[in-house]
Amino acid sequence: MASGVKPRVKVPKSASAGDAITIKTLISHPMESGQRKDGDGNPIPRSIINRFTCEFNGQSVVDVKMEPAISTNPYFEFEATVPEAGEFAFTWYDDDGSVYNENKAITV
Amino acid sequence: MKYKAMTAFAALAISAPIAFAGGADDDTLAIDGQEMITKTAAPAHMEETGIDTIISGWHFREDDTQSMQADTFDNPGMIAVDQAMDAWNTVEGSAEKSCASCHEGPESMQGVRAVYPKWNEEAGEVRTLAMQINDCRTNQMGADAYKYDSGPMAAMEALIAVQSRGMPVNVAIDGPVAETWEKGKELYYTRTGQLELSCASCHEENYGNYIRADHLSQGQINGFPTYRLKNAKLNTVHGRFKGCVRDTRAETYSPGSPEFVALELYVASRGNGLSVEGPSVRN
Repeated sequence: MASGVKPRVKVPKSASAGDAITIKTLISHPMESGQRKDGDGNPIPRSIINRFTCEFNGQSVVDVKMEPAISTNPYFEFEATVPEAGEFAFTWYDDDGSVYNENKAITV
Repeated sequence: MKYKAMTAFAALAISAPIAFAGGADDDTLAIDGQEMITKTAAPAHMEETGIDTIISGWHFREDDTQSMQADTFDNPGMIAVDQAMDAWNTVEGSAEKSCASCHEGPESMQGVRAVYPKWNEEAGEVRTLAMQINDCRTNQMGADAYKYDSGPMAAMEALIAVQSRGMPVNVAIDGPVAETWEKGKELYYTRTGQLELSCASCHEENYGNYIRADHLSQGQINGFPTYRLKNAKLNTVHGRFKGCVRDTRAETYSPGSPEFVALELYVASRGNGLSVEGPSVRN
C-alpha cells in the first residue's frame, strides 16, 4: 500500500455551455517502477497508479492507461467542454487495488 | 529541407546569447496573482560584498520551472503542505496535543518564517524554525522530534512558510544574535574541501555564471523549503548546505549543527527584503 496518497483536482466552479475548460489533476504517489533495487539488492516491487479516468455525468472524458516510466506524483492537465451543469468524477486505480476518487461539481 | 535547417540554425544563433546567458532574467513572479519581491536593494550589512541587488534564485531558472511556482496547484511542493496540514491537526505524544491544540489554525504562524532564525530568550540560543518545531514537539506535545532534514520536517516548514508568503524576510542580526551571525559570516567565507571553495566563491563572486551546465544563483534561502525537480521532494536549508559543502569535497557539518544554524542565520540575513517564497520550485 502506497502511503500518503492524496488526489488534488482543480476545476472552475462555473462555465458557459459549450465552453472548453481546463482541468488540472495531481495525485501524490511514489510511482515505484519495479526496476529499482533496495540496499540489499532485492528488487523493490512495482507500485504505481495504472489507470486514471475522468467522467462527466457518467460520460467518459478521458481514460488513461499508465505505465511504470511515469514519474512521481502524476499530473494531468486537459480540456473538456461542458454541455450542461453536472459533476466531474475523477478516479485513480492503484496497483494494490486501492481506488481514489474525487468529485467536482460545475454550474453552467 | 536545407533551407529549413539553415533558418533553424540562424534562429539558434540569434537566440543563443539570450537563451544561454546564465544571469538573472527580468520576469516578475506573482503566485496566484500575489506579486513577490524577487529583486531588491541589498541590506546594509552587505555593503562590502560588492552586491547591490539581491536576487531570488527564482530568476535563475527556466520559464517552465518558474511558471510551476507561479500557480499553487502546479507547485508540487504544495502536496507536502497538504500533508503537513494533516500533521498539524494530528494529536501526537504523551500530552495528547496537536499543533492545533495550542496554535489553532496554521494562519497563526503568519510572519513567523520571515523572522527565523531568531533569538530565544528562554533557551538562550539562536533557534531555527526547525529547532522551534522540534521544541514544540518534544516539550509541549511529548512527541518524538522530527529528524532535522526529514520529509515531515520539510513539510511542516513549508506549511509555516506558506503563511508568510510574500512578506519580506526580516531576520535580526544585532543584539544577542550578533555573535552567531559573525560566526555564520566567517563560515560563509571559509574555503572548504579539496576544491577549496567557500560559499562566496560561487554565490557571491560568480552568481550568474555557469557551474557545469547549471546557473549559479546568489544562494538565497528565501524560497526554502524548496521542491527540487532533481529529487522530486522538498529540501531543507540544511540539507542544501550539506549538499553544497559536500560538493566542495569536504566532510560536511550535520544538519541541525551549531555551524549550520549560524550559517543559516547569516545567509537568511543576506536575503533581508526578499519575499518569503516557500515552498519554491527549483532544479
